[in-house]
Amino acid sequence: MSAGHPVELESLFGDYPLDQAFDEMREANGEVRPHYRALAETLARLPKEELQRRKQSADLSFLTQGITFTVYGRDEGTERIFPYDLLPRLVTAQEWDKIERGLTQRITALNLFLRDVYFDAKILNDRVVPRELVYSCKHYRRQMRGLQVPRNVYISVVGSDLLRLNTGEFVVLEDNLRVPSGVSYMLTNRRVMKRTFPQLFHSYGVRPIEHYPQLLLATLRSLAPEGRPEPNIVLLTPGVFNSAYFEHTYLARQMGIDLVEGRDLVTHDNIVYMRTTDGLRRVDVIYRRVDDDFSDPLIFRSDSSLGCSGLFNAYRAGNVTVTNAFGTGLADDKALYAYVPRIIKYYLDEDPIIGTVKTFLLSEDKSRQHVLANLDKLVVKAVGESGGYGMLIGPQSTARQREEFARQIEADPRNYIAQPTLDFSRAPCLIGNHLEPRHVDLRPYILFGDKVNIVPGGLTRVALEKGSLVVNSSQGGGSKDTWVLEQ
Amino acid sequence: MLSRVADSLYWMSRYVERAENTVRQLDVTLTLMLDTGGASEETRWQRLMVSLGNPSGMEWNGDMESMARTLIFDTVNRASVTYCVNGARENARQVREEISSEQWQRLNRLYHQMHSPNAQAQFRASINDAMASVLDGIHLFKGVSDTTMIHGQGWQFIRLGRYLERAYATATMLEVYQPELFNPHEREHSGYQYLELVGLLRCCTSFEAYCQVYTADLAPDRILEFLLLNRDFPHAIRYCVDAIRDAIESIQRTGGRRPPDELTAVVGRLHAMVGFTTISEILSGDSAAFLHTIREQCMRIHELIYRHYVYYSIQSALAV
Repeated sequence: MSAGHPVELESLFGDYPLDQAFDEMREANGEVRPHYRALAETLARLPKEELQRRKQSADLSFLTQGITFTVYGRDEGTERIFPYDLLPRLVTAQEWDKIERGLTQRITALNLFLRDVYFDAKILNDRVVPRELVYSCKHYRRQMRGLQVPRNVYISVVGSDLLRLNTGEFVVLEDNLRVPSGVSYMLTNRRVMKRTFPQLFHSYGVRPIEHYPQLLLATLRSLAPEGRPEPNIVLLTPGVFNSAYFEHTYLARQMGIDLVEGRDLVTHDNIVYMRTTDGLRRVDVIYRRVDDDFSDPLIFRSDSSLGCSGLFNAYRAGNVTVTNAFGTGLADDKALYAYVPRIIKYYLDEDPIIGTVKTFLLSEDKSRQHVLANLDKLVVKAVGESGGYGMLIGPQSTARQREEFARQIEADPRNYIAQPTLDFSRAPCLIGNHLEPRHVDLRPYILFGDKVNIVPGGLTRVALEKGSLVVNSSQGGGSKDTWVLEQ
Repeated sequence: MLSRVADSLYWMSRYVERAENTVRQLDVTLTLMLDTGGASEETRWQRLMVSLGNPSGMEWNGDMESMARTLIFDTVNRASVTYCVNGARENARQVREEISSEQWQRLNRLYHQMHSPNAQAQFRASINDAMASVLDGIHLFKGVSDTTMIHGQGWQFIRLGRYLERAYATATMLEVYQPELFNPHEREHSGYQYLELVGLLRCCTSFEAYCQVYTADLAPDRILEFLLLNRDFPHAIRYCVDAIRDAIESIQRTGGRRPPDELTAVVGRLHAMVGFTTISEILSGDSAAFLHTIREQCMRIHELIYRHYVYYSIQSALAV
């Protein structure tokens, strides 16, 4: 432990380990980073009982508000509180500036890519991205070929996952371009934090995020079909059994729009209506939180009852905007991810501002052999999955799991990618009575209507289990409030 | 308002009302059983069951306590209090964005109360305390429903559910009790008859209200008059019908859609039935048939509300 710390700080950190992973709060020599100093001093000054009291009062606040998510694949206790860590994660203005520019660049390029692939496919003809990679993607939607979407915006609501490597640089781990979730936790975390550390919050000069629902509403409104000046905007949820149902109700309430399910919608003459007690009411914009597959049984999966028959035809006719557009999952395919730097270069003629993680495509023979020989060192992911499902973390896996994955990779190599196991950054969390470092990521929320808009902040997800690298809420992850500083 | 949302609010409310009614009738039945002079336990149980609409799976097994436990805690039997609370919560969960946080929290707490291991222990220790705490939960929920929610269309659907359920349940109960009211078993004169009458009033939390209007002089025709025709007492059928009519009018006012003539007619007819009939007219005619008609009209109102606001055909809606 380095010199210069007051006694309180020493007791706060105890045996807080520092190694080669980047620590958000402390430099390699143990020194607290300048922007974390005020937080560290506040924590050191607070009696431990007081910290616990604030923690309990924050927990209670989540509990009574019923801020829960649903875990799939278990029979009991499927409704859970999202675990929450009391200490904020700080991002400096300078760091944020780069993140913001980098994500804007990336989303702009990916949107151009989608437009291109569904129209002229120039990028495929120029052999920048392999044709078979696009056409073999299970999220590619043939039905979207040549279909004009409002303002040419395919991806209007995005939540990209960033990690910070041990160099201190942020990289994009994945782009969630279909139905990203978690923004309600960002908003509720902030509300609870403001009550938990009011003075600290005030003294830090934190940029606000509370206007997200309003921005989202403006984004949705900007995408309304022509000639609908007062559009009826709705949020389409799969229903009460969906893991993010709380978020759907929360956003609908915050935006003051109706929360609809597929069974509330009917189409007639390519116009979508919702059934109200006052009769049928036309729907103009649908912010959907339902996957492509379940959106319209006539076009996509016919065994699904979550969507609305005829929705796609109404969409094709331009009578209703559905956002995100269908078929956007193509651009967040984990195999395509490896090509995103080239996509950015191709459309914008710029170098990527935020880097990516080295990715092995298992459909390439050489890579596959390398990966199969090194399964215990790598992370393998199914390309179409999200939420931490279908994933193998080599160093933490058993031989049996590795065998199982090897078999699956051999059977369907296109369905998997591998990446090095990342030693991504850790931030201090309140574990019991003292601080311990835990791995964190960062998911900022990006809106794209008439322009790209990113609220300064995001959801910092925490792998609450010691040493764990999985931050997904469905796999034992928690979250922190993220403070983007003015200075 | 979305039809599905209206539907959920309506059923949330009906389920809560049904749970309350079941608890109260069970409570009264158990209290009456303490006095051994009246009818047998089995007879009383049968009467309770008829009054609750003859649910299946509730056949008398000779053990009152186990029967009562089933009626309160069974999670599968549709007549049980827990089943109703589950139904109410499930409906509320689907319209979280429409109801207030206070409503949700109250209902959620009641739900967890029904399912907590303590509930069964409390029940074994004291059935009365257990039932009283369930009623408390229900009353709190209804209270915050009225004080924390906008009294717009959604609230009117809650009201509609509450009063339709209550009118129907009260009519059913009176239909069951009324033969005995006027032809009491010979042994049941005096003290026992009095207890029966108090029990009937207690089923509708109306004993004290009755006394304020008629004094403690309990007479079958007055009780019938009170529970059927009183316009000021919230558990009287007439009051319920007025509230139903008012709720439908308010829904029309806030939505701008006129209820179909048939619905207006049925509600109007029911309103006239209980509004412009005297108790002597009812008693000189066929009072059982009168009560039966009320129930039928309630069911009809339910169907028409559904057909008009919830499950209307697309063709009819497009034609407007």
